[in-house]
Amino acid sequence: MHELAVCRSMLSQVARIAARHRARAVTRISVRIGPLSGIEPDLLCQAFPFAAAGTVAEHAALVVDAQPVRVHCEACGHDAETGPRNLACPRCGERCTRLLSGDELLLAEVELLHQATDN
Amino acid sequence: MCDTCGCNVTPGNRHLLEPARPAGGPETVAVLQSLLAENDRVAAHNRAQLEAHGVLAVNLMSSPGSGKTALLEATIERLQPRWRIAVIEGDLETENDAERIRTRGVPAVQITTGSACHLDAHMIHDALHRLDLAAIDILFIENVGNLVCPAAFDLGQHHNVALLAVTEGDDKPAKYPVMFRAAGLVLFTKADLLPVLGDFAPARAEDHLRRLGSAVPVLSLSARTGDGVEAWCRWLETALDARRAGATVP
Repeated sequence: MHELAVCRSMLSQVARIAARHRARAVTRISVRIGPLSGIEPDLLCQAFPFAAAGTVAEHAALVVDAQPVRVHCEACGHDAETGPRNLACPRCGERCTRLLSGDELLLAEVELLHQATDN
Repeated sequence: MCDTCGCNVTPGNRHLLEPARPAGGPETVAVLQSLLAENDRVAAHNRAQLEAHGVLAVNLMSSPGSGKTALLEATIERLQPRWRIAVIEGDLETENDAERIRTRGVPAVQITTGSACHLDAHMIHDALHRLDLAAIDILFIENVGNLVCPAAFDLGQHHNVALLAVTEGDDKPAKYPVMFRAAGLVLFTKADLLPVLGDFAPARAEDHLRRLGSAVPVLSLSARTGDGVEAWCRWLETALDARRAGATVP
């Protein structure tokens, strides 16, 4: 369970971005996570309110864009979606494939609020 | 539906959630940076420090009880005094592992993580300050015994080595793909027990590893009998030579 540590790291990055843009609050944090990153999106979402309490992102929505595992087969040239336990080419069975996506652990974008608003 | 991840926000109700927008509304900033950018920055700093001193850093990762410390003891026995070795030990509690290493005349820094399940680059940075890097050829980092969390954190090491004891299931690479994909070398440890166990098939374990698209070398060894330890030491010396050949003089 290292999602809380990852969440805190994410929030310190977000706080720096918010400060650089002189934002009053962060309203949305979008992340891209693949199953081969070692991070469980559900656990990240559970950790988020605890880690975000008292920060500039306290009321932000955390939006997780889950990425599929996709490989490129060096033998037959086929691109395919596979699972995290078996990255072999589903068409020709070649095991030496190149990962196209699935190990992402990215802060994609943040949405910032600048002005004080009435309610 | 929850109030935290945004799953309850639809195009129909979004306006109710969002505060009245000032002119221009909220600003969206594209970032596209690793969620662990801060850890990665410190890891790069650690790596630069190690390289400036010609140190090869090897991160050992495995389940608890797979024989990481025993392997280090056998390695020290073979490589000392030809190479100067140091060890950073990660455990939740106790100095036991560091003390085992120190009795062999090797400097060891124990990091006790409390309840944290992995080492991170900041912890290694602090530990490096407690070692004389100019007096080290090979630095081993013995990570917290855990096949999940350590894989996500770059420490500044040059190589990740995953240990899989033959007392474990041979399907561990399939169960923990993130860890085994991160490994640059996989060691089947406690191999002297293979004949008495009978249910761990090294070929099956390697097959699970290959399905992850990993082409890394696999070695079987026993720290107790010493079988296979020579091949592991040769791998280390080759890695050290390669590191020093590619290293730039500070």
